[in-house]
Amino acid sequence: MSSIWEYANPKKFIETTDRILPALAVLTGVALLLGLIWGFFLTPDDFRQGSTVKIVFLHVPSALMAINAWLMMLVASLIWIVRRHHVSALAARAAAPVGLVMTMIALLTGAIWGQPMWGTWWAWDPRLTSFLILFLFYLGYIALWAAIENDDTAADLTAILCLVGSVFALLSRYAVNFWNQGLHQGASLSVKSGERMDMTYKLPLYVCMAGFVLLFVVLVLIRTGTEIRARRMRVLLARERMGA
Amino acid sequence: MRALLIRDIRLAVRAGGGFGLGLSFFLIVVVLVPFGVGPQNALLARIAPGILWLGALLACLLSLDRIFALDWEDGSLDLLATSPLPMEGIVSIKALAHWLTTGLPLVLAAPLFGVLLNLPEAGYKWLILSLLLGTPALSVIGAFGAALTVGLKRGGLLLSLLVLPLYVPTLIFGAEVARRGAEGLQVATPLLMLAGITCGAMALLPFASAAVLRVNLR
Repeated sequence: MSSIWEYANPKKFIETTDRILPALAVLTGVALLLGLIWGFFLTPDDFRQGSTVKIVFLHVPSALMAINAWLMMLVASLIWIVRRHHVSALAARAAAPVGLVMTMIALLTGAIWGQPMWGTWWAWDPRLTSFLILFLFYLGYIALWAAIENDDTAADLTAILCLVGSVFALLSRYAVNFWNQGLHQGASLSVKSGERMDMTYKLPLYVCMAGFVLLFVVLVLIRTGTEIRARRMRVLLARERMGA
Repeated sequence: MRALLIRDIRLAVRAGGGFGLGLSFFLIVVVLVPFGVGPQNALLARIAPGILWLGALLACLLSLDRIFALDWEDGSLDLLATSPLPMEGIVSIKALAHWLTTGLPLVLAAPLFGVLLNLPEAGYKWLILSLLLGTPALSVIGAFGAALTVGLKRGGLLLSLLVLPLYVPTLIFGAEVARRGAEGLQVATPLLMLAGITCGAMALLPFASAAVLRVNLR
């Protein structure tokens, strides 16, 4: 009887998220505190990288979420285009600034890490470059949302931009690979490749990643709720003016 | 459709200098570069393919908002939308007209500007070929961006912000073809990739642009 589409009802969505948000927020705080404290203070220094290795606990989770936020926006945009659920469009809108900040954190921590390790803040390496391009895509997406006054038009246009942008972002990723071979190491966490990273680092990293995922979910839920309420408020105001 | 194409080309050539504007901009970019980086011929020869591609891309960007904006303002876009022509066809024709009035002149002028930048002799053939293959993609992608921003006041800046990231793959492969050609290397791979991007963009993007225009005309 009950399906996931029930939550496309804004009222139901707000009721449910209001109920689970406090617990989710506490869980996020615990995971982040645990992961970051464990990672920063309770792991040994790397024998070659020294203590700089510990920025990995911010760098990798934020990079993970920078990409997954865009994926989530893509899915939400598709749902909006196919099923016209307003909550979905608002969730995509709410996720964009969070994704932008995650991309920025990944770029900044990467620069701070790259300075001592590679001897440079920035290199036109494929991974770095594609993150910069992703950053630009986020900027364009947010700017388009902000520029259009009609809510439904904005939702439609940004959804299509998100679809087209995804294709081009993917294309750019491979084009950049072709264009320059990089400094950046390969994937550190891979199911197949086995022991790239020691368990003493891996476990706190997993906790941090869980913390960032939770953080993203909490922020998006809060922001979506805010968008819904803001829209409701505008409607009420408009109705009041009509009545008066 | 042919009538629409001829009308668009006529408007671009006759009305208000939109036609020569891209070319002049391209020329100015090419003239300014040596002032910026210094007059050493060896250095100019090395960066010439990239600069020429970048200049062509920016010149193309400059005239994008004209694709739909004027027709939007005087209402002829609404008339076109209610005509029996499919929206996808209208978008494609408008992109084609933009390419014929902006992209093609840029392609033809590029070798001339290559002389100014001391482009190596081997590079001319590949520069022309890569621009010929790549600029249609710039027009088609640009038409998508123009369709997105058509209803907005001061949409020009937003248009650049939206379109420039989409230009990345085209620029990378196009400039790579020109660079490799100039240095006498193998060009087949980037050339095929460039052609693939152009064909893919021409085949699929008109559907997205048409969907966007329908939303904007609602």
